[in-house]
Amino acid sequence: MAEEVKLMKGNEAIAHAAIRCGCDGYFGYPITPQSEVMETLMAQKPWETTGMVVLQAESETSSINMVYGGAACGKKVMTSSSSPGVSLMQEGVSYIACAELPCLIVNVMRGGPGLGTIQPSQGDYFQTTKGGGHGDYRLITLSPSTVQEMADFVGLGFDLAFKYQTPSVLLADGVIGQMMEKIVLPDFKPRRTDEEVRKECPWGTMGKNGRKDRNVVTSLALESEVMQETNNRLQAKYKAIEENEVRFEEHNCEDAEYVFVAFGSVARICESAMEILRAEGHKVGVLRPITLWPFPTKEIQRLTKQVKGFMDVELNCGQMVEDVRLAVNGQVPVGFYGRQGGIIPTAEEIAEAFKAQMVK
Amino acid sequence: MKREIIIAGFGGQGVLSMGKILAYAGLLQGKEVTWMPAYGPEQRGGTANVTVILSDTRISSPLLQSYDVAIVLNQPSMDKFEPRVKPGGMLIYDSNGMTRKPTRTDINVYRVDATDKAIELNQQKTFNMMVLGGLLHVDPVVEIENVMLGLKKSLPERHHKLLPANEAAMKVGADLIVKEN
Repeated sequence: MAEEVKLMKGNEAIAHAAIRCGCDGYFGYPITPQSEVMETLMAQKPWETTGMVVLQAESETSSINMVYGGAACGKKVMTSSSSPGVSLMQEGVSYIACAELPCLIVNVMRGGPGLGTIQPSQGDYFQTTKGGGHGDYRLITLSPSTVQEMADFVGLGFDLAFKYQTPSVLLADGVIGQMMEKIVLPDFKPRRTDEEVRKECPWGTMGKNGRKDRNVVTSLALESEVMQETNNRLQAKYKAIEENEVRFEEHNCEDAEYVFVAFGSVARICESAMEILRAEGHKVGVLRPITLWPFPTKEIQRLTKQVKGFMDVELNCGQMVEDVRLAVNGQVPVGFYGRQGGIIPTAEEIAEAFKAQMVK
Repeated sequence: MKREIIIAGFGGQGVLSMGKILAYAGLLQGKEVTWMPAYGPEQRGGTANVTVILSDTRISSPLLQSYDVAIVLNQPSMDKFEPRVKPGGMLIYDSNGMTRKPTRTDINVYRVDATDKAIELNQQKTFNMMVLGGLLHVDPVVEIENVMLGLKKSLPERHHKLLPANEAAMKVGADLIVKEN
């Protein structure tokens, strides 16, 4: 039977999707605008049905290290937070990336820097795609723009995390977290048995299981040569991800003379701006990166040969625009329009900004 | 069909719930729907508002600059959203506590004095359903039966005994709403 169409918030969708994709454990600490994730999990009580653990830790530092521990055992574990909370997690994130463990980190972004505001933002693009923690590592970053994608990207995030043994981030803005839309939840997948976990994750710390030596998970290597080798291995993996896992969506780019580049909720507002501008005779399209890392650099390079310019719009002071400019490499103009502090621009405002900057 | 609606008032008036019921009814009619609250400190006794879009086609932006319908239930909401109704659109207001009437002449203005009526009937908790009944009387964007079906699905079973009171409140609202211009 086809699944029922439901109406729910993006944050609630994440919780339901986590239970349904066979997640083993959620560790988190409440913070607006994503508290509904844990609230929904607590209301659903998956420990009584699938056996999934849901635990409120004493801080975000603690929750990310619980994720580290769970992931080291090959378990499907996740956390969720919002910007300041995710900043607290950064040491753990770097450790998990270096230890090459899969996990899912959800960040429903709010306005910063600092404690900032609880209103929506996209100010953590740099933090997520360029590091955030120390050292040379990358995080697979999925950016949903609908409530349906909030649910779908939980399963996808876990799949990619396990495929490459690296953390995935679901990077949403407060709009998608708080908005309600139609959604069809993913099918139920049972949690893996211990036997299946051992088989899928032979590196996991689940006992010797008849072997002579036990597995050790660590991010520490005091010998330079060993650490160099770790870096080489990570970089080779990141290259494979960049080659295989770029995802994006385009609207009306076929005949476009100008292309909006935007992610998350802003991409949808840019679509409305595109409709306004098209009605006025401007041939405008929208490119929405779905993976913010790996970034759709090649697609922007391809479009650069076709268009007169790009217009990047974000809920920050200009972060992704740097990756757009790197891809464009000075070939055509790249405009930028951003709002901060939780202010969300309207389609009309974006259309005006486009005309002011791009149409001479 | 596309209807872009803002519902605004004080936190506690049932503004967000009214929007949710409307969105749920739209969903049951096979429409695309979005429900976007102004969340956060607004909810603590200050102003609260929610944008609801019902459409036959895919909805791009869930946030809007102007609206087909504005339902305003306090003075700050009237001041903020009366100017943002599209020409030819609709403004519905409750005059309780309002210090001025709407002034625009290029939109259809309706008054639904649901606050006073709810107090008179000692039915304060169904105030928002009266307003919703008023809206659906002058703009039947969703069927009443789908509103009731949506309510039944979204309310826990222990509250199902309240369904008749909610349906009655919508009828009160339908009788109460008057066109002002």
